[in-house]
Amino acid sequence: MELRPILATLRRHKVILWLLMLEIALSCAIICNGVFLIVQRLQHMDMPSGIAERELVQIQQAPIEPPADRFARAQEDLATLRQIPGVQAVAMSNQVPFGGASSNGNVMLSPTQPHPTLNAAEYFGENLVQTMGLQLVAGRPLRPDEYVNADVVIKALADGNDKGFPMPMLVSQALATRLWPQQNPLGKLLWLAPTASFRVVGVVATLARANAYNIATAQYSMIIPVHMGADKDQSYLLRTRPADRQQVIAAAVAALKHADPTRVITHMRAYDEIRSDYFKDDRAMAGILVSVIVALLLVTGLGIVGLASFWVSQRRKQIGIRRALGATRTDILHYFQTENFLIVTLGIVIGMVLAYGLSLWLMLHYELPHLPGIYFPVGALALWAIGQLAVLGPALRAAAVPPVVATRSV
Amino acid sequence: MFGYYLDLALHSLTRNKVLGALMVLAIAVGIGACMTTLTVLHVLSGDPLPGKSGKLYYPQIDPQDARGMMPGTLAPEQVTLIDGMNLLRAKRADRQALMAGGAVPIQPGSSSLDPFYVEARYTSADFFAMFDTPFLYGRGWTGADDEAHARDVVITRQLNDKVFDGADSTGRSLRLGGITFRVVGVLDSWRPNPHFYDLTTGSYNYYEQAFLPLQTALELHFAKNGSNDCWGNGTGGVEGNAYPSATCVWLQFWVELDSAAKAAAYRQFLVHNSEEQKALGRFQRAPNVQLRNLMQWLDYNRVVPGDVRLQAWLAFGFLLVCLVNTVGLMLAKFLRRSGELSVRRALGASRRALFAQLLTESGVIGIAGGAGGLLLSLFGLWMVRHRASDYASLAHLDPAMLLVTFALAIGASLLAGILPAWRACHVAPALQLKSH
Repeated sequence: MELRPILATLRRHKVILWLLMLEIALSCAIICNGVFLIVQRLQHMDMPSGIAERELVQIQQAPIEPPADRFARAQEDLATLRQIPGVQAVAMSNQVPFGGASSNGNVMLSPTQPHPTLNAAEYFGENLVQTMGLQLVAGRPLRPDEYVNADVVIKALADGNDKGFPMPMLVSQALATRLWPQQNPLGKLLWLAPTASFRVVGVVATLARANAYNIATAQYSMIIPVHMGADKDQSYLLRTRPADRQQVIAAAVAALKHADPTRVITHMRAYDEIRSDYFKDDRAMAGILVSVIVALLLVTGLGIVGLASFWVSQRRKQIGIRRALGATRTDILHYFQTENFLIVTLGIVIGMVLAYGLSLWLMLHYELPHLPGIYFPVGALALWAIGQLAVLGPALRAAAVPPVVATRSV
Repeated sequence: MFGYYLDLALHSLTRNKVLGALMVLAIAVGIGACMTTLTVLHVLSGDPLPGKSGKLYYPQIDPQDARGMMPGTLAPEQVTLIDGMNLLRAKRADRQALMAGGAVPIQPGSSSLDPFYVEARYTSADFFAMFDTPFLYGRGWTGADDEAHARDVVITRQLNDKVFDGADSTGRSLRLGGITFRVVGVLDSWRPNPHFYDLTTGSYNYYEQAFLPLQTALELHFAKNGSNDCWGNGTGGVEGNAYPSATCVWLQFWVELDSAAKAAAYRQFLVHNSEEQKALGRFQRAPNVQLRNLMQWLDYNRVVPGDVRLQAWLAFGFLLVCLVNTVGLMLAKFLRRSGELSVRRALGASRRALFAQLLTESGVIGIAGGAGGLLLSLFGLWMVRHRASDYASLAHLDPAMLLVTFALAIGASLLAGILPAWRACHVAPALQLKSH
């Protein structure tokens, strides 16, 4: 196809040409960055928790009046829950991955360092590895005799007493790699307060934090052998077969109510709900971005249809003359398709520059990584496709103009 | 003349229905997207206490130890119990309140209702007057009640409806966690958004239903909500019923200061107080004091979610594309009518008259687009309300935003009409007429 006549014609319609290119460029910039944002959100939603999500249920309860010994009450409750048919393991935890409410500690590699090295999640509770289905990749799990009641630890800390420390602990692989790169983490010491030291006895493959906002630090977790009391914000976790979850929840609530009729059950849900609740904003944002991209393509496509139709009707006479001089219908069709391809390509070139600028602006304001090069062709392909699709109708209409038009005056 | 132009505009819009519909649709979709996101932004960044917020301040002091001290370190965003009580008892502001979030079990008198937990606020007497809370019945408690650890409680209308069937319950007793309290007041609907006085419990759609004196709640070891930050050997929040230790910040302290001069004086007082505490050896750092007013405090905490801002930017980008699209379509539409416009020119209409006529036509497109955009934004807001976000239920269009919708639609379409109208009214009439 000869490009020169197309370019010559376009030069005579500069304003409309520029408007079309501008529209395509803006769409292209938004689409490239939009697709990148969607992928980011999907990756965030895909974050591994490290636990057996489909097999866990969570129950939170609160006593109306505090029990005399809430540590004893917690042990009684756990024993009660263990008896429920279909329950494979039970544990009490102060937090769950993606649960939102979190408990974290500042980790130091020496008791005197002025700034903490990093911040990591502190999981408390017995039997967490087995109940959550964590994968132990090195060392050993925590033993029941290593557990201490929380009030004892708090008192020791308040008195500045280091008796009982270092305590054993488990760390996640991500945390171990960050703290001791290329070294064996087993046996290493870390501090959570100047007098509170901990010795790593085991490493779990993955355990996400309750407030995993930042993908880089989302997997920094520790499991510490501390018993919690039967308080309002603690979770009873029960592991069961996926099909038995609802049944187990009902039975567990009944059993807990039976043990203490005055207590209030504040939450009871399958773990799936926790995860879906935590990522609801990401899901909503991804949905919005998809709809904006679809709407953009639609608006751009309709704009092309409108302008191409205008051009076709303006050039009916010229088309007739070309047909009379021997051009085939295919020639006319290709003319408009090539013209559209040229305009869209020019728009995309400008759009790439805009997309890059937009990504710089987003990085500045929304802590986003650099827009990877792979996303640039995405916008280009989408716009080429929509451009060709949109111009097809008007181009076919142009091709249908009969040669006899050339001989008529309007 | 304007009436005639309006007539012409309507006529022209109906003549080429597809092109007209495309333009109206493009503007409607763009405006709809913009207004949906702008309304959410507007609702979320609004002033929770209009008229009062300028007088409310959130003092910050820095009681942390010297470890890890760096110049420019930010002061903690809450206060310790000791500092909070000191500032409260100093009474150096017009009003002051110390508070923390919590949850209390309610045991209704009637046996038909099971006990249940409600979110609670443990605070001091000035809370109600300071935040202009509307009372349906009764009033708040007094400073003397604070010091006496009175078993007084203020409940919301919602809780009053549930437990007392909406009757005036002042003076009646209500059991909380096994302790008998006396209802002293019932608040009418009061739902400040954002939940400005304590952002650690979530910024939106968090409402307490029971308010009780802080010192009473602490004495009874009622459970606390919200976050705490500790340093040194401090521990906090490990046990629901034990409070964070002395080296933890976990309470919020608010003051009301009626003038800028008083605010300046209060800041001086805070600096003095920090110096004094340092001399006593309780503080280790040089005075690190902040005194932000309510809106500055919200701004500092970036309460409006980043996603909401991003959505607004996205919508404006989308509107821009829609506008460019409309400019192109209008140009096509106006140029197509070169013949008609040339006739008018030849009959004596000035360029200015033609320009006015074409702009009227863009304005009409804008009004139609605005109406469509309004419907779309109502639909968009309905979608937002059915999302699971904390702020979902707040997304409603108010009269101001309704006006903005039409202003934006008409403004945008007039802007889009300028270039096409200008090009179209510069068509040479003789040439056009000759060729036809």
